[in-house]
Amino acid sequence: MKIAVLQFPGSNCDQDCLRALRDGVRVEADYLWHKDRSVLGFDAVVLPGGFSYGDYLRCGAIARFSPIMKAVVSAAKDGMPVIGICNGFQILCEAGLLPGALIRNQSLHFVCQPVWLRTETAETPFTAKLEKGRLLRMPVAHGEGSYFADSQTLEILESQDRVVFRYADELGQTTSESNPNGSFANIAGICNQERNVLGMMPHPDRAWDRRLGSEDGKLLFESLVANLELAAVR
Amino acid sequence: MKVRVVVMPKQSVLDPQGVAVRNALKDLGLQTVESVRVGKVLELEFTTVPDEQRLHEICRDLLSNPVIEDYAIRYPSVVTM
Repeated sequence: MKIAVLQFPGSNCDQDCLRALRDGVRVEADYLWHKDRSVLGFDAVVLPGGFSYGDYLRCGAIARFSPIMKAVVSAAKDGMPVIGICNGFQILCEAGLLPGALIRNQSLHFVCQPVWLRTETAETPFTAKLEKGRLLRMPVAHGEGSYFADSQTLEILESQDRVVFRYADELGQTTSESNPNGSFANIAGICNQERNVLGMMPHPDRAWDRRLGSEDGKLLFESLVANLELAAVR
Repeated sequence: MKVRVVVMPKQSVLDPQGVAVRNALKDLGLQTVESVRVGKVLELEFTTVPDEQRLHEICRDLLSNPVIEDYAIRYPSVVTM
């Protein structure tokens, strides 16, 4: 089992993701460069945070056209688990693997702080070891993380149970105070209809060891590994 | 040949930059300003006349994000004649 961490020019959480996988959950992981053209030999893909291509034009807009993304889109359509974190989420939206877009934080401030997330569904490869309602602690760090989608898309996301995480307070209430960026419906993470592609603004890669302040992020990577092991048995 | 692409946030999308600029203008004493929206302008220089349909494609695929933005294509040299 081997997991790919993509590297775009300007990615800056690639090392965090690799460490979370290798040291956190002890799974084989390696980088793929944006100019690579294949994900052959890998079982899942992580798109890390950062500022791919300097965030020029729009966050993720240029990364989406890099050679590796063609391979990722096609692998995702064949069912490979793909997770985009922060800038990775923005890239997945630009690539059309996830609906909606991430726009400038309502406050205009870059937010960099720990948040509480409420797990909304365990029905993804990344949340299988969680349960609905489970609260997770991990940081956000972004200037453009306000989730936006038209009302029809939001309705579909809700009715298909595709909102995976919402910003909440420590009691699990999705208040406006606990929403760090003005996202619609406190949305922090969503998945595609087939449920194998997850995008989220908060950083599980920065919360997989007690020394980082939280181990909650590790649960997502552990879920992924368990899911891949199960798939290998089948 | 010059082509100008104007990209603006959709009306349905909150534009916090525009709100901040509007507030700054009000602070400067321009009380009558009602709203401001901040977009961007891209100037593309071509060696030959570009295909209109292809232009729309690149506007939809790369230069704007249709989920949150509208675009308009302008031909400044044609306008000024």
